Amino acid sequence: MSNTEWPLWEVFIRSKQGLNHKHVGSLRAPDATLALENARDVYTRRSEGISIWVVESSNIHATDIDEVAEFFEPSDTKIYRHPTFYEVPEGVKHM
Amino acid sequence: MTLAEQEKRFQEKIDNEIKIEPNDWMPDAYRQTLIRQISQHAHSEVVGMLPEGNWITRAPNLRRKAVLLAKVQDEAGHGLYLYSATETLGADREQTIDDLHSGKAKYSSIFNYPALTWADIGAIGWLVDGAAIMNQVALCRTSYGPYARAMVKICKEESFHQRQGYESLMVLCNGTPQQKAMAQDALNRFWWPALMMFGPNDAESTHSEQSINWKIKRFTNDELRQSFVDATVPQAEILGLTIPDPNLKWNEERGHYDFSEINWDEFWQVVKGNGPCNKERIEARVKAKQNGLWVREAANAYAKKRAMKKSA
Repeated sequence: MSNTEWPLWEVFIRSKQGLNHKHVGSLRAPDATLALENARDVYTRRSEGISIWVVESSNIHATDIDEVAEFFEPSDTKIYRHPTFYEVPEGVKHM
Repeated sequence: MTLAEQEKRFQEKIDNEIKIEPNDWMPDAYRQTLIRQISQHAHSEVVGMLPEGNWITRAPNLRRKAVLLAKVQDEAGHGLYLYSATETLGADREQTIDDLHSGKAKYSSIFNYPALTWADIGAIGWLVDGAAIMNQVALCRTSYGPYARAMVKICKEESFHQRQGYESLMVLCNGTPQQKAMAQDALNRFWWPALMMFGPNDAESTHSEQSINWKIKRFTNDELRQSFVDATVPQAEILGLTIPDPNLKWNEERGHYDFSEINWDEFWQVVKGNGPCNKERIEARVKAKQNGLWVREAANAYAKKRAMKKSA
């Protein structure tokens, strides 16, 4: 990175009340204030958002792609966490 | 896992329509092809602002001026989404831009043609954005996730680009004979360069086959070019303009329009840097980067100073 290059920021946008912020992409900016303004200009030119989060990309920690299988194994092997695992006699209602 | 196994797993994902995401394993050639294609696409968006930006101050009325400003601003945004996508592949953003400036990286040749009259701005929206959309709609299903997502957003935004151009030409075509002649002249000059936007014939296209296997490309150059001609000819008829091709004819049997061979000498001349505006376009971009240097430095200095104050 040259010394004039700005840090990379990840942009998250809430499109309307009641919905989560969602990752939409990234951009470069010298600080958080300008990252928010740039995010507005780059990602919300057509009323796509009512709230923006920006996070410096270097602050994002992610799961290791090479360990995905082991990492998520506990959740894949517990089928009894799903309602369809259980048998209920016919005629039982509201369950 | 051996390289062959990794490659096999990768191709299986592609074949099963599973998108490839930034941290996934991918063959180096897939990564390099994408960096080349996406950065080229980004450069085209950015250089594409130049011929149109030149007309903002001379738009015939406030409505057209506001529209043109919004369109040019969109192109800047599209360039930025795409540079972001190249960064997810590990490309250095500044390096890709420097490659444009040194002539190492290409951009769409269409922007090496000048916009001489106001009608050209209409023709660019209608034909150039129309051709770009034809290409980009196909890319919404490209195999690399960040590229596909950028394309979806770009396509949503670009449909207005084409419509505003068509509408603007419609006004000229319903105007005075001189205005209509100006529209016809713009079509005469932009028709062939627009068809060249789809690139060389399939037989000559070096990257096509591998890109289709990797589902980076979903249709070949010639397929997309044919779709564009088929969609555009009826639109010209409604404008009352004549497509400058004596061999253009509906082919009942094929269910497509036949059209003349493209002047490939001209195509390769422009690609190689000898088009009417190649030099001017690159000079404008280099100058913009140089002239903006103090702004980038000042913004960095300001950010540093504020961070220091905060921690003090």
